[in-house]
Amino acid sequence: MSESTLSAGTRVFDPDAIRADFPILQRKIHGQELVYLDNAATTQKPKQVIKSLTDYYEQTNANVHRGVHTLSMEATNGYEVARTKVAKFINAPRSEEVIWTRNTSESLNLVAATWAEANISEGDNIVITAMEHHSNIVPWQQLAFKKGAEIRYLSHNDDGVINFVDASSVIDSRTKLVSVTHMSNVLGTINPVAKLAELAHDVGAVILVDAAQSVPHMPVDVQAIDADFLAFSAHKMLGPTGIGVLWGRLDLLEEMPPYMFGGDMILEVTYEGAKWNDLPYKFEAGTPNIADAFATGAAVDYLSDLGMENVWQHEQELTAYAMEQILSLDNVKVLGPQDSSQRGGVISFVHDTIHPHDLGTALDQQGIAIRTGHHCAMPLVRSYDVVAAARASFYIYNTRSEVDALVNGISETEGYFNR
Amino acid sequence: MMGGMSGLNEMDELYEAIILDHYRSPRNTAAVENPDIDLEVNNPFCGDEFHIQLKVDDCSISGVSITGRGCAISQASASLLAELVDGKSTEEVQAAVDCVRRLLKGEEISNEEADILGDIEALGGVRKFPVRIKCALLSWVGLDDGLKEHLA
Repeated sequence: MSESTLSAGTRVFDPDAIRADFPILQRKIHGQELVYLDNAATTQKPKQVIKSLTDYYEQTNANVHRGVHTLSMEATNGYEVARTKVAKFINAPRSEEVIWTRNTSESLNLVAATWAEANISEGDNIVITAMEHHSNIVPWQQLAFKKGAEIRYLSHNDDGVINFVDASSVIDSRTKLVSVTHMSNVLGTINPVAKLAELAHDVGAVILVDAAQSVPHMPVDVQAIDADFLAFSAHKMLGPTGIGVLWGRLDLLEEMPPYMFGGDMILEVTYEGAKWNDLPYKFEAGTPNIADAFATGAAVDYLSDLGMENVWQHEQELTAYAMEQILSLDNVKVLGPQDSSQRGGVISFVHDTIHPHDLGTALDQQGIAIRTGHHCAMPLVRSYDVVAAARASFYIYNTRSEVDALVNGISETEGYFNR
Repeated sequence: MMGGMSGLNEMDELYEAIILDHYRSPRNTAAVENPDIDLEVNNPFCGDEFHIQLKVDDCSISGVSITGRGCAISQASASLLAELVDGKSTEEVQAAVDCVRRLLKGEEISNEEADILGDIEALGGVRKFPVRIKCALLSWVGLDDGLKEHLA
């Protein structure tokens, strides 16, 4: 595996220099310095990514795959260069396996509406984990209702680690699809997707990896994990909102029917019918999100310059520190793996007496942005017998002093409510 | 340490003393026997959920119980509601619900209405924190719906 070449950075990982690239980090919230700890929801954008958007609109803007004029050719070229960057970033064998979508949800829906629609029949089953985001539950539930198929859940222990004894009995000869999150957006658990891919492939099923929380934070190599499909969003990895990626194995994508119909996805149209375009355009009907593809390329460049191994290392160190600090608080319980080496930079926690929304409001008053609620994973949050949780999630620009601000903010909030 | 330099004092409008008091010691939580209205309301977005029971005799509320879990605002609001409806006519309750809705929307309420609401006016602090308005309204909307269905 060529992981070292994939993830080696060319820029020194210097948090101060990184922070200087993010204009929003200069903002004051309620008179306090912004401490942005809601990165699992969306990350902030460096000036390099923002500039790529304005550069595109100021210098390049034109429609792609159409004109013979200079701007159109430049737009087409940049759009495809960005696709190639993404392919390299996840070590996809070919760039035409990278489909631009709106976001992870659309990538999952695309597979549900095309591959799964064609390959799943009555009596088959789809295996997901009990820690999925709603976007990796609902499309499969709807398909299963329609087809008379069954949804099966891989269980996990209290620490949020998948139960493998159970896995080999849940995945059986009627399993057609295993669709699992690479990293839980609530528990922070990193799932052993390569091992699950093996179980899936042993029974002839395909595996879809929801990589919305992993691709932004760690080196991900689609060949090393032996995935068949992989989905993620640009906005969780320094890129713009409104664009995401579906990567799929070439042979699967070639067999799949189109997702949407219209311009760009056809090769030839007659009054009687149409012939589908080649990959990846078969799945990209209509004028695509060109500007955001450019910006996604800039985001990939930014992360590649830092090196994903370094990004991961930074977050691991910060998460270990944050776990230690948060667990030292008397009234706080952390959901998911208690051992920080088994989790990514997402820490969901509950306070014995302060509801997450009261905590969220109080931390906001102190300039600290966290997520509160069910984190789009209602069944999972309920399984821990809590109604909601608070979540702090980290990225490249977060520092130990921001973790200290969070812990101090929680203590201040306790003081306020216990006055 | 109280708020201090952290800026938490800005929240005092949201968490008035009366709100914190109802949050810590909710009123009318004992179950009602043979309730005429018995319903659950929840806000899946927040995870807040309340169990509301009412005994209705001749168009007046002779027994009330509201229990559940949620944030300080939703719990205090539920307790204020439970305190208000006890012994009131269904008409008075429905007028009060309407009044609270208007209060939280930032609309004017008359002095007379303010007198009826009493401590409940403290909920008005939520207006500066728009995402929390639905926390304050959850039990009110639930009880109102239950009452409407019962009277229909």
